[in-house]
Amino acid sequence: MTTADLIGKIIQVVGGLAIFAAIIGLLFFFLDKAPKRGKDYGQLAVFLAPAMILVFLGLIYPAIRTSLLAFTNNTGEFNGLDNFVWMFTQPAIVNTLINTVVWVLLVPTVSTIVGLAYAVFIDKSRGEKIYKVLVFMPMAISMVGAGIIWKFVYDYRQAGSEQIGLLNQIVVWLGGEPVQWLQTSPINTFLLIVVMIWIQTGFAMVVLSAAIKAVPVEQLEAAEIDGTNPWQRFRNVTLPGIRGSLVVVITTISIATLKVFDIVRTMTAGNFNTSVIANEMYTQAFRAAEPGRGSALALVLFVLVLPIVIYNIRVMRKQREIR
Amino acid sequence: MSTTPIVPTTTDTDTGKKLDKGADIEVGTKSRRVKRRLTSRTATIVALVIAVVWTIPTFGLFVSSFRPAELIQSTGWWTIFQNPGFTFDNYAEVLFSSSQSSPQLGSYFVNSLAIAIPGTIFPLILGAMAAYAFAWMKFKGSNWLFILVFALQIVPLQMALLPLLQMFTQFLRPLQNGLHEVIPMIPEQNYLPVWIAHTMFGLPLIIFLLHNFISEVPGEVIEAARVDGANPGQIFFRIVLPLALPAIASVAIFQFLWVWNDLLVALIFSGGTADVAPLTQRLAELTGTRGQDWQRLTAAAFVSLIVPLIVFFSLQRYFVRGLLAGATKG
Repeated sequence: MTTADLIGKIIQVVGGLAIFAAIIGLLFFFLDKAPKRGKDYGQLAVFLAPAMILVFLGLIYPAIRTSLLAFTNNTGEFNGLDNFVWMFTQPAIVNTLINTVVWVLLVPTVSTIVGLAYAVFIDKSRGEKIYKVLVFMPMAISMVGAGIIWKFVYDYRQAGSEQIGLLNQIVVWLGGEPVQWLQTSPINTFLLIVVMIWIQTGFAMVVLSAAIKAVPVEQLEAAEIDGTNPWQRFRNVTLPGIRGSLVVVITTISIATLKVFDIVRTMTAGNFNTSVIANEMYTQAFRAAEPGRGSALALVLFVLVLPIVIYNIRVMRKQREIR
Repeated sequence: MSTTPIVPTTTDTDTGKKLDKGADIEVGTKSRRVKRRLTSRTATIVALVIAVVWTIPTFGLFVSSFRPAELIQSTGWWTIFQNPGFTFDNYAEVLFSSSQSSPQLGSYFVNSLAIAIPGTIFPLILGAMAAYAFAWMKFKGSNWLFILVFALQIVPLQMALLPLLQMFTQFLRPLQNGLHEVIPMIPEQNYLPVWIAHTMFGLPLIIFLLHNFISEVPGEVIEAARVDGANPGQIFFRIVLPLALPAIASVAIFQFLWVWNDLLVALIFSGGTADVAPLTQRLAELTGTRGQDWQRLTAAAFVSLIVPLIVFFSLQRYFVRGLLAGATKG
């Protein structure tokens, strides 16, 4: 990086921020100078319109375009359901779809169970904070970073030479032969799933831990006086008490898992039968010059998320009505 | 939570227990007794195992990043005591070396910052304005519009990428080229598309999160300011924003980490050159082309992790609060 490059970058950032501030400033300036009549609409427009226009241009309109593109071929001509037929007949893509299902089944369940168990076990224990930080830390780092961390764990050296990947070293210690983990299907998909679980468990743990602390102590005490054992108390008092949070955790992790891209991209780039929909979408649309097929895959992703969207909207509307 | 229970001096155990309970309630730690039994020895051991398993991969990479290249390539990091060696060379190499084969992360690090700072500020301000409108201005269709925004945060980005890229090529590219001609120091590939993309994609969640907090700002304060003759801009920037500052901090941290850690948006909108591409994109590239250069990869990975880790450890309180607010949306 030359000094000129750096200066260019600084100019861009400072300039960008300055222009942004100027635009906002101008908007409010004109709002203040505008005639008093109809001022409420002007105010509404100034506050709401910029964000809404960006959301419309950046999400709504493109999403509609993508839905239409899904029914076109790579020259932009309408080709009916060809892309979907291709998707469900091409063995590699079928494999991708199956992988996605495996991801969505495993990641939310395992992360939630481990996160919940961990939250319960460390609840009120000494050093709870440190315990939490250790498991929560992967949440803060990038999935690319996580991918590299785990790629190192899975690293392979020929049998006989010294292993530098921890997993193969453990296998060797146990008397086994080292394995090329990331190249060996189907185990590689599960090893990638481990990375996502490693990241999401911390999220599940923090949310569920907060929920557990909110369970009324009186209920737990009452149950204890009734002679229940810890497991029964957990099963019949704590668990119903944190139901809402459990649903939130599972849906949030499910959505994140459906969209998972970085881990696969970094660790295997989707090779060796590890691809998932989000990665395949990228490959088709931006690498293979097949926008129609990429869009069709994006649409499938959207359809898979749709039930969660609808569920959330219903809950949300109920909440707004209460208010 | 380190409140010491009051030890009763009575000899009668029954009374003692009752007193104990009373004291517990008094000092607000009555839950301890109930919960204590759940934290049995097995539970502690399991928790310890999970904590260790969760930490070891990162720890291994961290240790390795300070080991000389030959040692990384020939021995496991867990043999560090048998094969001692310590060096900063890996970091020096990935950050400052200008040789063709080095990752030259310095410039990508600057890019990550240059993308993440405006990529946080732009959507945060616009999102706060919209959230304020949703919370405090009555207009027709407000509910529906809000629910739409809320739903959009769940819709996969993949749905928007391709058409948005086409739009950018069509409308933004001429602007970028023009900018380059006027100020040659700004390369033709500049940050504009990535900033705009992050702003667009960040808005729905930001609006939703901030709406909850901004609607809790006391209405009397806003009304009082209005009576005193403050204009809408003053009310928003001088009263609403400062009052919602803790919430804004949480959301800002979230957005910052999201942008800093993002790979997908960068891959599609940055163009991939050292002019714009952030660290994540460079790292992904390196793992693809130089997947066995562990001395570089380990150090490079930590260069990209250091900012999130600092943010995480220093602002953890806000981070957790933002996360809980986002998570309780169900």
